Amino acid sequence: MSMTAPALTPQQLFRKQVSGESLQQGDPDTVHAHTIVVTLENSIGALNRVANLFSARGFNLESVAVGPTTDPTTSRLTLVTTGNDRIIGQVLQQLNNLVDTLVVDDVTDGAFVERELCLVKVAAKPEERNALTGVADIFRGNVVNITPDSITFEVTGPTTKVNAFIGMMHEYDVHEVARSGRVAMRRHLAFEHNQ
Amino acid sequence: MPDTLTQNPPAPESAPTDRCSRGVPVSGAEILIRSLEAEGVEFVFGYPGGAVIKIYDEMHRIGPQFEHVLVRHEQGAAHAAEGYAKATGNVGTVLVTSGPGATNTVTGIADAYMDSIPIVVFTGQVPTKLIGNDAFQECDIIGVTRSITKHSFLVRDVRELASTVKKAYHIARTGRPGPVVVDLPKDVIADSAPFEWPEHVTLRGYDFVGRGEKGQVALAARMIAEAERPLFYVGGGTLISGAGEIVTRLARMTRIPVTTTLHGLGAFPETDPLSLGMLGMHGTWYANQAVQHCDLLIAVGARFDDRVTGKTDAWAPHARIIHIDIDPACISKNIPADCPILGDVSTVLEQLEPLLPGASRAPKDLSRWHRQIDTWKAECPLAWKRDGKLRPQHVVEALRDRTGGHAIVVSDVGQNQMWAAQHFTYAEPRSHITSGGLGTMGFSLPAAMGAAFGVRARAERGQADDTQAAPALPVISINGDGGFLMNVQELGVIAAHKLPVKIVVLNNSFLGMVRQWQELFHGERYSHTDLTPTNPDFVALAAAFGIPGLRCTSPDAVEATISKAWDITDGPVLMEFRVVTEEMVFPMVPAGAATGDMIVQRFNPENCA
Repeated sequence: MSMTAPALTPQQLFRKQVSGESLQQGDPDTVHAHTIVVTLENSIGALNRVANLFSARGFNLESVAVGPTTDPTTSRLTLVTTGNDRIIGQVLQQLNNLVDTLVVDDVTDGAFVERELCLVKVAAKPEERNALTGVADIFRGNVVNITPDSITFEVTGPTTKVNAFIGMMHEYDVHEVARSGRVAMRRHLAFEHNQ
Repeated sequence: MPDTLTQNPPAPESAPTDRCSRGVPVSGAEILIRSLEAEGVEFVFGYPGGAVIKIYDEMHRIGPQFEHVLVRHEQGAAHAAEGYAKATGNVGTVLVTSGPGATNTVTGIADAYMDSIPIVVFTGQVPTKLIGNDAFQECDIIGVTRSITKHSFLVRDVRELASTVKKAYHIARTGRPGPVVVDLPKDVIADSAPFEWPEHVTLRGYDFVGRGEKGQVALAARMIAEAERPLFYVGGGTLISGAGEIVTRLARMTRIPVTTTLHGLGAFPETDPLSLGMLGMHGTWYANQAVQHCDLLIAVGARFDDRVTGKTDAWAPHARIIHIDIDPACISKNIPADCPILGDVSTVLEQLEPLLPGASRAPKDLSRWHRQIDTWKAECPLAWKRDGKLRPQHVVEALRDRTGGHAIVVSDVGQNQMWAAQHFTYAEPRSHITSGGLGTMGFSLPAAMGAAFGVRARAERGQADDTQAAPALPVISINGDGGFLMNVQELGVIAAHKLPVKIVVLNNSFLGMVRQWQELFHGERYSHTDLTPTNPDFVALAAAFGIPGLRCTSPDAVEATISKAWDITDGPVLMEFRVVTEEMVFPMVPAGAATGDMIVQRFNPENCA
């Protein structure tokens, strides 16, 4: 094998472009986060198959949230994954190939809302409470529990906001953080989106 | 069986449909058997055990329409089902017990997943109540096989059993085929319900595309018309789709040369001048040259495997790519396609046919491209040294000459597989069976067994119908001395059923392919590849199973040995060929290297002057 990389043919450049790879040799791939909403059969093992797919095929899985829908036979899964265009294409196709998945929708390609809920338990002596609730107010957080030496906040919002809130709380003595994972929805009705 | 103890008159043999129409509850075990009959299953390759004893008991009582073949190891059952499926195009069926019975099929399931082979594996399971309790012979086989199955089912209610069986066969057979596991808890098998065979399968999350998108097909036709140096790259999906004939017709009509993958062998006759043989790591030099220089690659039911492409960045650098496949996840997985066409290969090619050059007007003049290919063919043909030593390629070519290429060759994995692929000259669809994706040593013998059952059944059916069925093709199992021992126990089954399998052992007393890599890339350090101390006497081993064995140690005796073997028509025969240990498979693209950088001959000081 030669040490200097040969010049790429036009076809090779085209392939790199289609894959979402950088055209400059040595540059890292162009990687984006994608939010994918999956409607799947509410059957035993369905969620396992989805999670398993990500580990078996070496895809990233940043966040998963699952819950029932208005139809008791299906559940709704919101996944966040990262990769270049080729990898995201693979994720979508492989998800589609699962027998239990009914709809696979990469909402990232349009307008969508995304929310995450977090619970943060912070050690708080009575004299610290005001300062803490002041920070929480800025994030429109709620106090969901209070004890003589702790406060538990609930904050909902886009992941960046949740991150910022948890960052602020780290000024204090954080004991526990629980995050729901992201849920997402397209802003428009499906028929509007199709137009 | 005496009926003196039965209270009621025994039901006549044709009773099942009557019974089910009356809605009489029957056991889960009987429902399973009736479902397999309704599905048209011919053979069940299985092995009994505690969790499935009820099924075997009902089989004994009912005498089902399918034949149960008792294998000697559950891995053998899975590979036999694969061989049967590959040879016939039907779905293969496996029945094993829970725990170790189930885990022993795992290699076969993974193999079927990689090579898109339709099989359904029924595994016993401990009673529902005990699941998760670490019960005797319990194993979460659904969990174990999750990433190597197309789908799997755990049947929790006997009333869902028949419809689950129907779904399992539907999923295994359709779209891109693959293995399906159905786990059957013991209590579900013992429970009873009326047998109701559903007319339709309802799976709302499962769909596949048949016809290609019209615009894409038209685009492909334009690309083909424009191309100066087009090349067909034909994979196993072509054979699965039954598209061998149409691919051949299209290639001849357009005068476009054809190279096939390992699994595509037989889709296009290698006797045709347009054939370039196999491409890839051990493909022909001229096929790989054609790939590197073509300006259009028409991939048909192929998946751009790393053994085909080598280093993807450097592969087919000038080619625009048309990719026809039924699996959307396969398209643009490894190399982006310029013209992806999702659909069944046969259907898409039929759509494409009337639009192609050659269909309504004269085919495009590709004579420059043909001349270039002919030059490459002359420059570096497939060759082996004729120096008075017994070489494995000689054996494969002698087998081809003996059969005229009309045979089903089932190869194992390693050097024997590559020689079988390079030198047999395949001319017919489904004439070559091998473990390509997973590379499972020990595949050949049980897979040849399954193929032989299928071939024999088809020939017998042909005779019974008095149709002009072709005589049963001979099944040749080509093995190395390493892989042969991995499922050697199935010799007993082959002998008991008098299957006329021609078993070939190319004995070089080494794990030859590993040895080759050790010689080429690991400083000739032959770490744990010498099998001389542990190899048996293969002819005596065959004799122990009641199979006649022949040993050949000289190139002069190859044809005579094969002749003797072909004189035996009422059962199996084993031929051991003591071949040269140092022989290597060439040409070769080293793993991960660019396809343009092939090693065409042995690294040898004499050749490197």
